[in-house]
Amino acid sequence: MKNSFLYTFLVALFLLTSNDAFAADSASGSSILNLALWGTAILIIFFLIIQVSDNLIRIEAKESGLDAEQQQQLSVVPTGGGLFRKKVPEYVKSGSFHSLKAGHNIKLEGKAEETLKAVNVTTFALQPQNFVGISPIPKVTVAVGDEVQAGDIICFDKKRPDIKYVAPVSGEIVAVNRGAKRSIKEIVILADKEIKYKSFTLVDLATASREDLVSFLMESGAWTLIRQRPFHIVPDAADVPKGIFISTFDTAPLAPNLDFVVKGKGIAFQKGLDVLAKLTSGAVHLGLNANGDAAPSAIFTGATGVHKHWFQGKHPAGNVGIQIHHVSPIAGNDKVWTLGVQEVITIGTLFLEGKYDASRVVAITGAEMNDPAYVSTHLGANVGDLVGALEGNVRLISGDVLSGKEKSKEEFLDFEADQVTTIKEGDDYEMFGWLAPTAARPSVSQTFLSGLMDITYEANTNTHGEKRAFVVTGQYEKVLPMDIYPQHLMKAILVNDFEKMEGLGINELIEEDVALCEFACTSKQPLQQILRTGLEVMREQA
Amino acid sequence: MNLLDTLKSIEPDKKKSPFLHTLYDGFFTFAYAPNSVAKGGTHIKDGIDLKRTMVLVVLAMQLCYLFGTINIGHQHFAALGLYPGFVQGLHLKLAYGLVKIIPIFVVTHVVGLGIEFWYAAKKGHAIEEGFLVSGALIPLIMPPDIPLLWLALAVAFAVIIGKEAFGGTGMNILNIALLARVFIFFAYPTTISGDEVWVAGLSTPAAGAAVEYGAIFTGFFNPLFETLGFTSLFNPSATVVDGYTAATPLSLAYQGGWENVTRVYSESQMWWGAIPGSIGESCKPLILAGAAILIATGIGSWRIMLSCFVGAAVMAMLLNVWDATPFMSVPWYYQFWMGSFFFAMAFMATDPVTAASTNRGKIIYGFLIGFVGMIIRVLNPAYPEGWMLAILFMNVFAPLIDHYVLEANINRRMKRAKVVA
Repeated sequence: MKNSFLYTFLVALFLLTSNDAFAADSASGSSILNLALWGTAILIIFFLIIQVSDNLIRIEAKESGLDAEQQQQLSVVPTGGGLFRKKVPEYVKSGSFHSLKAGHNIKLEGKAEETLKAVNVTTFALQPQNFVGISPIPKVTVAVGDEVQAGDIICFDKKRPDIKYVAPVSGEIVAVNRGAKRSIKEIVILADKEIKYKSFTLVDLATASREDLVSFLMESGAWTLIRQRPFHIVPDAADVPKGIFISTFDTAPLAPNLDFVVKGKGIAFQKGLDVLAKLTSGAVHLGLNANGDAAPSAIFTGATGVHKHWFQGKHPAGNVGIQIHHVSPIAGNDKVWTLGVQEVITIGTLFLEGKYDASRVVAITGAEMNDPAYVSTHLGANVGDLVGALEGNVRLISGDVLSGKEKSKEEFLDFEADQVTTIKEGDDYEMFGWLAPTAARPSVSQTFLSGLMDITYEANTNTHGEKRAFVVTGQYEKVLPMDIYPQHLMKAILVNDFEKMEGLGINELIEEDVALCEFACTSKQPLQQILRTGLEVMREQA
Repeated sequence: MNLLDTLKSIEPDKKKSPFLHTLYDGFFTFAYAPNSVAKGGTHIKDGIDLKRTMVLVVLAMQLCYLFGTINIGHQHFAALGLYPGFVQGLHLKLAYGLVKIIPIFVVTHVVGLGIEFWYAAKKGHAIEEGFLVSGALIPLIMPPDIPLLWLALAVAFAVIIGKEAFGGTGMNILNIALLARVFIFFAYPTTISGDEVWVAGLSTPAAGAAVEYGAIFTGFFNPLFETLGFTSLFNPSATVVDGYTAATPLSLAYQGGWENVTRVYSESQMWWGAIPGSIGESCKPLILAGAAILIATGIGSWRIMLSCFVGAAVMAMLLNVWDATPFMSVPWYYQFWMGSFFFAMAFMATDPVTAASTNRGKIIYGFLIGFVGMIIRVLNPAYPEGWMLAILFMNVFAPLIDHYVLEANINRRMKRAKVVA
């Protein structure tokens, strides 16, 4: 009915405007305008005929007793909603649903196959510099040659001595490596064949107070698994977050499928959620994946005691920062906590079995791997051991290609990483590479024909151009589904304008959220680095 | 030794001869995409860069170049009453157009790029691509008979005062190409207004006036065409025909409304662009094809183009309602048949550096360009066309528009904070 009114209106409008034109044309003969108007008229009439016949089909369908959806399927005209709006998947039954338009999926070759392959990782390390804001030289409480158990304290920050950093595995401390300006780079442990766990006395969730829980988490090292926004730091003991957010899917290029990662760990995951629920004044929020044809793992959809939020959209829809923005944005002095799924499982296991079990399922991905697959290992595993022998000029990345860190074979997986990516270095010259590229390359822009095809790319690390001033506008907004103006925020950071930085929402972002903007940037600006500079300035101000 | 090594071996020393090094670097990065790899941030980067962006804009206006070149010749012969069909005497028209446009193109680029290179060497940064587009736009918005010295001055003014003084590509406030045109417009008003300037090769469009063909036509092209077997040649004794007017549709409309225009030019003539005007602005379909390329590749903002069109249409409708002068009563849709609206909309208003930078701001910015430009066109007899001034005017206001859009964003965020507290 509504449609018919619209068409009547359109026809009326057409007649009104064309009247004038026909009058003018009769004097000067035929013209392009005349033709265009006739063309439009014919189109509209054609459309009306279709619409009328469609309505007849519907009436017939109604009389034969079909419901509304079946009627729609019979119809020749798709509804506006069917054309432009993605349907809410059937498995979304409870919780809020968010469809995000902005974003872009970078399809790379080398997706991990969903099997666990065995690798032998011998050394693991804790890298203090993985923790934002830690002092460069934290107090290391162990010496080379000491034997430690998984969960033994190995260092703490002198600024915040109550936060304890513990060994992810048991074994012998084989090295304390130092980086620039004598900062502690990594504390390396040669792992035992059979991991020995320090045993903690179990805490009863039902009776424990929040203070008890916090001090237990701190003593057991599990506190360091929690990150606080703004700034992505380990929270202070006194801070009570207004909510705790966990994203149960990762949309980054080649990111691990968390449905596979969480398999068989449902009880620990639920226990972890129960613990977290006690720590916040608000609620625990779970971000769920509504992109797939099938529902995500029942462990996520069946979790209890949490608020569920479904997200549909391209990367970075799976980033917890984006999800926070759409569920309950950080405002004023709000603090929220975020954790990864495997971190929640570690906390859950701690409360179930009284041990700090930092085991991690890591996806080994990238076009350079012969058999990209998942491995079961522990936090801080040696990168060289994980990828095995690789030939050629290859870059190893702890994390995904957008926000991960470059590592050598001797270095270790970062604290929060659940993925290793291998890609070719792109240090070659390419003749007229900016005009006529020799190989298809991923691009957010619509300037490459390969963008029209469904291709998985074998990307390399070439910058595909030189750094320039900000010229193009509006391209970041296309890939950041937030009510934020990234380019103006970056400019505010570059000129050190605190008020504007805060006003434009710097506190809602961390590096991974703007990583896709940095990828898409025509001017090749280092947005993640700029953002971190701004966040550091804000943290000093706070 | 392959080509790459050969090229690398002749690289000038950066310290000893910075200018040569900058020049070398500019041409080298033009020939070869550099081998730099991503460090510290994302490990892969999008295939697009500023060179590709700029070149796509230049490609989008190539059809305008082709048409503009032939149209220079077409208008010239129309004044002489020769070859009335657009493709009649095409070789003569093309030759005539090329003789006019090549010097303009060369002078624009030698002056503009020369200044760019010099500043790049002086400041020690790589040559930036900004002038690729400005340099391609400037010839298209000039009258065909523009004195080259004035053109050189205008380009120098635009690049030095308009761009380098603000810090180079990406930093300018005003559109460079329009700045060059506005310089000519105010410094040499008689050169770029009135009825005589839009047709090349005539000292005056009065009937019986003789044309002057330089040696290149009689001494080079005529013998060349003769050997190629053409019978139609440049005729030095041709004169301007009776009843010829070189007036543009806009000035005709100003004098006597739409009827006055259609007495001289047919609608399809105006739509297809076989009318006097700046070199590249007259053929609407080819400009719209360029605009379509810009929108399809996402390089030109559809928001600006659409809102610009809506703004102009709304103002023209309002003027229709007012209906005080013959020009005001020109039906609103015919306003788009005349003048350079589409060229300004597609290639000038969408310059990302000088336009508003927020998506919401772009819609306001475009709308106001259309709105203000139509006011200037119809209500101000001193200016032959409104878009140049409207766009420059809105360039100045773009930061203000952005400021309020950003303030609204900040206020939303602050309000959230208050609700929480």
